[in-house]
Amino acid sequence: MPDDKELFDTRSSSKMLANRIPMTAATDEAVLEMQSAAVDGEVLQKKPFGFLFWFALSFVGIVLFSAVLANVLPLQNPNFGHFTDLNQGPSSAHLLGTDDLGRDILARLVFGARVSLIVGFLGVAIGLVFGGSAGLVSGYRGGRLDIALNAFSFIILAFPAIVAVIAIVTFWGASLFHITIILGIATIPLMYRVIRASSLAFAQRDFVVAAKTMGATNTRIVLREILPNVIPVMVTFSLITVAGLIVIEGTLAFLGLSVALPTPSWGNLINEGSSNGLLSINPLIMLWPAMAMFTLLWSINLIGDRLRQRFDLREGVL
Amino acid sequence: MGKYLIRRFLQLLVVSFVISVLVFMLVHLLPGDPTTQILGANDTAANRAILLKQLGLNLPLWHQYTIWLSAAFHGNLGTSYLNHESVTHILATGAPVTIELIIISQVLAFAVAIPLALVVSRKPNRAFDNVSTTTTFGLLALPPFVVAPILVAVFAVGLGWFPATGYTPFTQAPITNIHEMILPSVAITAGSIAVYFRLLRSDLISTLQQDFITMARSKGLSNRRIMWRHAFRPSSFSLLAAAGINIGSLIAGTFVVELLFALPGIGYALVQAVFQRDYLVVQGISLVVAIAFVVIQFIVDFVFTIVDPRVVRE
Repeated sequence: MPDDKELFDTRSSSKMLANRIPMTAATDEAVLEMQSAAVDGEVLQKKPFGFLFWFALSFVGIVLFSAVLANVLPLQNPNFGHFTDLNQGPSSAHLLGTDDLGRDILARLVFGARVSLIVGFLGVAIGLVFGGSAGLVSGYRGGRLDIALNAFSFIILAFPAIVAVIAIVTFWGASLFHITIILGIATIPLMYRVIRASSLAFAQRDFVVAAKTMGATNTRIVLREILPNVIPVMVTFSLITVAGLIVIEGTLAFLGLSVALPTPSWGNLINEGSSNGLLSINPLIMLWPAMAMFTLLWSINLIGDRLRQRFDLREGVL
Repeated sequence: MGKYLIRRFLQLLVVSFVISVLVFMLVHLLPGDPTTQILGANDTAANRAILLKQLGLNLPLWHQYTIWLSAAFHGNLGTSYLNHESVTHILATGAPVTIELIIISQVLAFAVAIPLALVVSRKPNRAFDNVSTTTTFGLLALPPFVVAPILVAVFAVGLGWFPATGYTPFTQAPITNIHEMILPSVAITAGSIAVYFRLLRSDLISTLQQDFITMARSKGLSNRRIMWRHAFRPSSFSLLAAAGINIGSLIAGTFVVELLFALPGIGYALVQAVFQRDYLVVQGISLVVAIAFVVIQFIVDFVFTIVDPRVVRE
């Protein structure tokens, strides 16, 4: 049975929605998700992580591992066409089959994972380093700097991310580097807001006041008192944002606005396989990367969700 | 309430101003000379200077911005340098398609999410609830560019129930139009269903614990009446807010399905313009879509303050 605290939290959830912090396109769903799912937290908190969690974690692990070691692994050349083996189904020579140009789908999938993972993780890292540190300091110190940064992040987040990214990519050129930088920058205000809110909440707690009266420096308070408490929020939110960035990169790649062919990425693999002719001849070309994308996003979401339950995070903190 | 709305309106103005500056800067700050684009790399410097003057690109940046902005206010966002179609015209022909997609997908999402949440929240953590919750959690991992090709493969190529591409205006043949719009709309619905269902479910579960529900039950009101009038109504506000926030990812979704199903919407026009390096079209569409996004958020807030006065007190 939920207690009063939980009811209170749910009400504040709708209030927070009412107040609405505009978010970028990809992550706002995730945030809503976190807000709405917060009620479940109480009930499930003490449960073990469960089989699905470990499954998801190992899937992400395998994808990461194979993407990093793609050059070393016994994979075929992802861009080499075996012109005698076009559109083959799975076989011992090609575990996932070949595409319409006779290229090994498994190899293309593994190399394509690199793009998604680099954009997702590096983008969030950029957001964390700049937005996270700004949020920590701004939430702790308050004052004019806080007001200014907060207003600024508000304005940036009002911009629909996908439109901004498409426009910038048009003028700057589509490459892995550019997209990672753009999405990283787009993540900064998001991370800033979430971590600022969390930092603000902890800055008023007794242990911070105690540290101050003991004469701790501001740097020490931020790094030793506030940061460790903010980390659960940071990790959970980062994971969900990684999934969000992977979706944006996939969307761009599907539209042909990410890395140029023949370099594979999951988005452009799905796009390549979705031309009407190919869908009837060999739907597997589209299906493999689509399934990989689904499983990866699902796994990251699930890990994030279970960690949030474990840390018992509430939307008040986020 | 007035004060709150005025503050939100000022915010809207500031954001719109920043958007216009950013979109304007896109063309002007990034490398690349438009005269080279138009005249080619081998033309003389004199010709280049003349064109620069004709295009007004020799003026100071702030002056160019004011000219651009005042033209935009008069509905002139420039013309495509490829087919000389005005950006306003491109937007006017594309908007109905995109808006129709969004409306159908949202109607579908609410039609699935609301009844499901109402049923499930009465008996949470039972088998049916677990199945629905797990399924919708999976839906969150299905962005349009993953779902849409699968839908095409199954329902258009495999079963042949729906056309894979093509667009007929609603005014010409409403039934054909809806038939063609179903697959693309379903493709962008998945995420919305998940978001609305999960939000409404947890909202309802906690609302149903409250005293006024017990009160309603002890008055002997029917279950249906309690669910709709007492439990659903307070939650419908957060649902509305969620829909407002959701617009952002829906826009991205429409771009994907418009490209895949060859629907002549705004996203299709934008992507084509990007490929053809049709800068003014990209600039114009970005500006209008971004402003529309911000205005929709404002309208949702506006409606919110009317239906739920608690917002203002915050």
